[in-house]
Amino acid sequence: MEEQQGTKPASFAGAEGRQDNRPFALARLRADRNARRTFSVVTLLPLFLIAVITIALIIRSWPVLGVKPLNQTVFGPAWKPQDGLFGFWPFVAGTGWVTVVGMGLAIVPCVLVSLYLSEYARAATRAMAKPILDLLAAIPPVVYGVWGLLAVVPFVEDVLRPFAKRWLGAIPVFAVNQPTGFSILAGGIVLAVMVAPFIIAVLYEILDTVPEELRHASLAVGATRWQTVRGVVIPKVLPGMIAGIVLGASRALGETIAVLMVVGNVVQVPTSIFDAAYPLPALIANNYGDMMSIPLYDAALLGGALVLLVVILIFNILSTLVLQRLLGRQWT
Amino acid sequence: MRRGRWERRHVTEALAKAMMYASVALVAGSLALILFTVVLRGLPALSWEMVSKPPEGGYYMGKGGGVLNAIIGSLLLASGGTLAALIFGLPIALYLETYLGDSPWGRYVRLSLDVLWGIPSIVYGAFGFTLMLAIGLRASLLAGIIVLALLELPIMVRAMDEVIRRMPVDLEQAALALGSTKLEVAMRIVTRQMMPGIITAILLAFGRGIGDAASVLFTSGYTDRITTSLLRPTASLPLAVFFQLASPFPEVQKRGYASALILTVIVLVISLGSRWISGRVSRYTVK
Repeated sequence: MEEQQGTKPASFAGAEGRQDNRPFALARLRADRNARRTFSVVTLLPLFLIAVITIALIIRSWPVLGVKPLNQTVFGPAWKPQDGLFGFWPFVAGTGWVTVVGMGLAIVPCVLVSLYLSEYARAATRAMAKPILDLLAAIPPVVYGVWGLLAVVPFVEDVLRPFAKRWLGAIPVFAVNQPTGFSILAGGIVLAVMVAPFIIAVLYEILDTVPEELRHASLAVGATRWQTVRGVVIPKVLPGMIAGIVLGASRALGETIAVLMVVGNVVQVPTSIFDAAYPLPALIANNYGDMMSIPLYDAALLGGALVLLVVILIFNILSTLVLQRLLGRQWT
Repeated sequence: MRRGRWERRHVTEALAKAMMYASVALVAGSLALILFTVVLRGLPALSWEMVSKPPEGGYYMGKGGGVLNAIIGSLLLASGGTLAALIFGLPIALYLETYLGDSPWGRYVRLSLDVLWGIPSIVYGAFGFTLMLAIGLRASLLAGIIVLALLELPIMVRAMDEVIRRMPVDLEQAALALGSTKLEVAMRIVTRQMMPGIITAILLAFGRGIGDAASVLFTSGYTDRITTSLLRPTASLPLAVFFQLASPFPEVQKRGYASALILTVIVLVISLGSRWISGRVSRYTVK
């Protein structure tokens, strides 16, 4: 019998001593040990994968990101691949604009819907909510893009744009500088609808961790439901709700196809929500074909992917740590 | 102070409630609108030819053919990716439950899975592209499958982990008390008891894989022929939608809408089917 490993649970110790000489038992134990070794190696895969993705992108983008100062690359305004100028600022700004507009549209309705589901809805409604949210989260991005093209872009072009031109033209953020509906606003609307099922599901899960007794105590002393929500439920899970929203924002940041189809893709630093923009993911997706034809272009595009990855990793790790702490409390 | 139903807090309550109903209507309405739009515009262009033939000559100028190449390509890509993700994903999920539990290592692995899950598919695509350059692989079905497997792995494991966590402890302990090894508990008890959840997780990952465009854009290429080899490029439905919509010809655009409808139907069928299957399988579990 090979030596025992320290991690083996105590419940086996007696049985093994007795069954030493039985080949069948031995084979089973060996299978168990081999499986544990294999499984533990496979389990390192996710950690390994994050490291490899990051390192691979750093190495490939080094010729552009590594040799020039950041204010010529990530914050550089000039994007002229032919002249070897790779300033990402128009794309970084475009990503920021679209994400902020999308999240701005999504947050309030999503919080209200999740509050409705967790605090007001009947049990039957709640039981239906999860499958429906799963179903909606499963709709492919490109389908949202089709909807964006067919419904959102014309809506922005024919309804919102004239409206803004007439009434809001004086405010720079709403200034109308171009004739089409392909704009940050259209991208933001599509994004908001896309991330809504995800954000609602996360927020609902967080609100669900608030013990029912707390609500009962608050209601029993005469508070209304909304007072209970404001005074008891939300303070209890506010960090988690913020984390959930940040997680949703990181989803929005990386969304490619759906946004690409409606946002116009003009290389410029936008100043109004009716301007066209060119987010980073769209840049990568649109130009992968030319990657090999212009020197350093591939390094620049993969550098764009790296910038995106780093921002999303920061968002993600922070919010996931908060969420794990919060939801972990319920599991233990 | 005012009393009764016009008291300030009751008015706030009514207002809050009204806003919630409005939000529910807004969110549900926009999502219903999406399905409605896709069906409304896709259905008129949908025909038997669309789903039964690959593109013929001049297809992209409005001549005959369909998107069978993309349908088959997408199914191959997603099945391959899901299978590969399952081979690595199931051991991870089982190891997390039976061996790691809530230990610090378990938390690190779960954190890393959550982080991977959040990485956008375009980054997976870019990474897959560098990987292909490194090992000298051309845009092909195989490359697409590898990238989709990476993309689907965290989705699948997280979903499995969530259900496997709910494994009744006494069931595991009963098996251990009878002398089972942990491997036997994992393979024969946990896997069987949690089969409905595992199937749901697999189909969830499949649905994500089949709908994703940004990752296969780089890696699997596009072709009008039906793929027969792992090393050849393959078409996929999301890209078929994307490319056809970019066309200036209205007939081709209409086919793009029809392709979007086909994709939506496939995804919804998978999503609903997974519920049905996991319902059937749950007969073999201990309640």
